[in-house]
Formats: sequence, C-alpha cells, structure tokens
Amino acid sequence: MATAMTETLTTAEPVDLLAKFDPIIQTREALLAAGVEDPFNLVMEQVLSPTRAICNGRDTILLGTYNYMGMTFDPDVIAAGKAAMEDFGAGTTGSRVLNGTFRDHRDVEAALREFYAMDHAMVFSTGYQANLGIISTLAGKGDYIILDIDSHASIYDGCAMGRAEVVPFKHNDVEALEKRLKRIPEGAGKLVVLEGVYSMMGDVAPLKEMVRVSKENGAMVLVDEAHSMGFIGEHGRGVAEEQGVLDQVDFIIGTFSKSVGTVGGFCVSNHPKFEVLRLVCRPYVFTAALPPAVMASSATSIRKLMHGGNKRAHLWENSRTLHKGLRDLGFKLGTETPQSAIIAVIMPDLERGAMMWEALLKEGLYVNLARPPATPAGMTLLRCSLCAEHTAEQVTTILGMFERAGKAIGII
Amino acid sequence: MTPTEVEARIRDLIEPFNKKGIAIADATTFAGDLEFDSLTVMDFVAEIEDEFDVIISMNQQAEIENWGQLVAAVHKLQDS
Repeated sequence: MATAMTETLTTAEPVDLLAKFDPIIQTREALLAAGVEDPFNLVMEQVLSPTRAICNGRDTILLGTYNYMGMTFDPDVIAAGKAAMEDFGAGTTGSRVLNGTFRDHRDVEAALREFYAMDHAMVFSTGYQANLGIISTLAGKGDYIILDIDSHASIYDGCAMGRAEVVPFKHNDVEALEKRLKRIPEGAGKLVVLEGVYSMMGDVAPLKEMVRVSKENGAMVLVDEAHSMGFIGEHGRGVAEEQGVLDQVDFIIGTFSKSVGTVGGFCVSNHPKFEVLRLVCRPYVFTAALPPAVMASSATSIRKLMHGGNKRAHLWENSRTLHKGLRDLGFKLGTETPQSAIIAVIMPDLERGAMMWEALLKEGLYVNLARPPATPAGMTLLRCSLCAEHTAEQVTTILGMFERAGKAIGII
Repeated sequence: MTPTEVEARIRDLIEPFNKKGIAIADATTFAGDLEFDSLTVMDFVAEIEDEFDVIISMNQQAEIENWGQLVAAVHKLQDS
C-alpha cells in the first residue's frame, strides 16, 4: 500500500500553472528580439520634478504619469509628510478598524468631505481597493451592476468579487444603458457604474444623461472620477460637477495617486448609512492602513487643490496646445477635441507603437505604451498625460520630439 | 417561441459576425471556431438582447461556449 502511494506521487505528471501565459511570453520576447527597449521595464533613476526624470540613464520629460496637478514635489505636501513621519512613525502596522486609524487618517477624510462638500468619506489603501471594496460590498448575489464596457479592471474585479449579475453596455451609449436598465427584473437591486474620464482614450462620459436615465429607472449610481479630480469642474470635483449632476450621484470613487500626487483611494457619499461600510467592506478591513506620512501629505494636497484654479487653467492650455499640435502633425488621436489631461495617440499596430515609444524615449520623452487588454478595440496607444507643471516651452519641445520620431518610424 | 424559431432568428443575427462563413452547428464555439473577440461578443450579444428584449449578463455569457448552449439559454430567457 505504502509503495503504491509513493509510486503514484513520483510518476504524476506535474502541470505547469504558468504554461497558460506562454503566448504572452512569446509576444514579449519577439518585441525585445527586434531590439526595442523594454516598454514595461523602465527605471527612473532620479526624479527631478513632476515633469522631469532620469529614465534609463537619460534626462527625460515625463508625459506619461498621472501627476496632473504636479503635487508630488509641492513643498507643503512634502513638509506635511515629513512631520507626520517624524511624529507618528513610518507605518501603521494595522487595519483601519483596529490599530490603523491615526490622527491623519481622520484628517484626510475630513479634507475629502470639505473638497466634495459631502457628508462621508472613507479612505482605502489604493484606488483599486476602493473600487474593489465599494462595488463588491454594495452589489452582491442577485443584484445587478450595469456598467460601461470600457470600465477599469478594478471595477470589473469588484463586480466579480461581489458576484452580482454584470450587464455591460456599449461605451458612452446612453440609449444602450437605458434599454438594459428597463430589462432588469422588477425589485432587483441596481447599481450603475460609470467613469468621469475614461483613462485609455481620455474621453469624458455623458454623465448628465446617464445619471438621469439611471435615476428614472431606480438605480443607484457610482462614478469613478480618478482621472478628473482636481482638474475638471469648477472646484475640481470632476465630470459630475462639470455637468451639474454631482448631487444625484450616490457614490464617488477617487484616488490619491493622480492629481493628489500620493497613493490611496477613497469613496465619498451623502448616503445616511454610509459609515456601516467600514465594518462590512473586506478590502477596507483586511488590509493595513496607509502610512501616516502619506495621509498627512494627501490631506495637505487635497486642501491645496481646492484653490488650484490657476493651475487648472494652465493644464487646460497644455491639453489644448498638445492636442492641436499632434493633430496638425498628422497623428490620429483618441478624441476629436481635448476633453481631459489625457491625449491618446493611436498607433497602427503594437510593433510600430513600440518602435515609436522607443524613438520618443531616445528623444528624451516618456509616454505610456498602452496595449490590449487595457485598451479598447484591440488598439495600441501612446498615451500622453499632461501636468499643470509642464511649461508652454516643454509642450513645444514635446511636439518637436513627436514630429521627429513619427517621421523616423513612418507614422506621419 | 419554440427553440427552432429562436435558433432561426439568432442565425439571422449572427450572419454579419460570421465573416468567414463558417458552418454553424450545436457544437460550434464562439471563441474557438468563430474566433469572436470580446468586442464582437459584446456587439453580437447586444443584437440578441435587443431582438428578444432580454438581458444576457456577463455571468451567463461565461457559461455559454457554443451555439447549442446559446440557443438554449436565449430560449429559456425569452420564455421567462
């Protein structure tokens, strides 16, 4: 008996669980074999400012970060973080619901309530976890989530975790949303999940109409404003503010890793029962709270963003100049007009996209190379995200780099 | 609507998506035989949803791999 068992163990053919990724390994090897610098292995050896770094040994203009408002090097933001680290230590070593809520965790939630003029705010360790936690906790088995097909991975993962029925509709199509809302069985819980700015193409959602049809059909609405906070809307509250429907949105999700310039995620809401989520939301409970330095820096940054009108105006100028310049050069862009701080340049295919990315890097410009499955419609994109700290001269320099690289690769 | 009627209607709908004109039988798979990518799936599912006034959630879609399963699922949905 014992012998037989040993034999079974030693002769069983092991299944390599990583074998399913072989096609990805091959695509990557083919790309690198063509001599292209690895687009997914860039190192910033030094960061000089929100818009400049030494990347792979070169002085590089950064046009592919989410540092929209340039807060990463703000002296007040840095000073607040330093002081909190001195006073409260390097980390929390605990969950928010146990020993991980320090003075500054409370303060950053107060800053968010002030920023959005809302009753409740809950801070997560990342933006990904904010979507994961809020969506999975709100919509469970038997409930329906109706979402834009181009939604971020964190939204889809939140849906899967909560096990709600997931009903996607065509990107930014109000009629497709409305039709699906009307087909959902009566009495079922309904959550409509939308984004203010879609990060791949940089286009804005028609939230005004979408929130209206959602409310007419008895759905609760969650809007992810990760890429619009601090920049879009009179007070920088996002696309829902810009389109005048913020008061009808039940939950706003956001992140600190973009305009705020630190790391963390959040949800703000006026729902009277919102605070119960702190007890039932697993990605909030079962993880460590962010370090106090991050919380103090974030709170300072959020309060400064409330008065960022001039920076917002300059960022819009940059977005318009770059959009027009790239269009005039003959590049194909993701949007007809500049709608956000993201401008997506559409590449003919992955191979030429990677060559163009490398040519730009050698010119001294970093952009994001985005490819499926992150992108819609199987597109390869060079995604440019502007910063309020980019000078007008830098934008002109960037256009010159795009012109030279585009001609060298034969895209324009 | 009988399963045969449901099948006939979906056959009309799949025509423009079946670019290589592959012969479709119960065991024909969407991802494998018909080479549908996620965008094609979305458009095709939207056509079916509009035609039959039903919802085929992503959870249900995950269970549908071939033609026979799709016809059975739609027949069941439009019946309820």
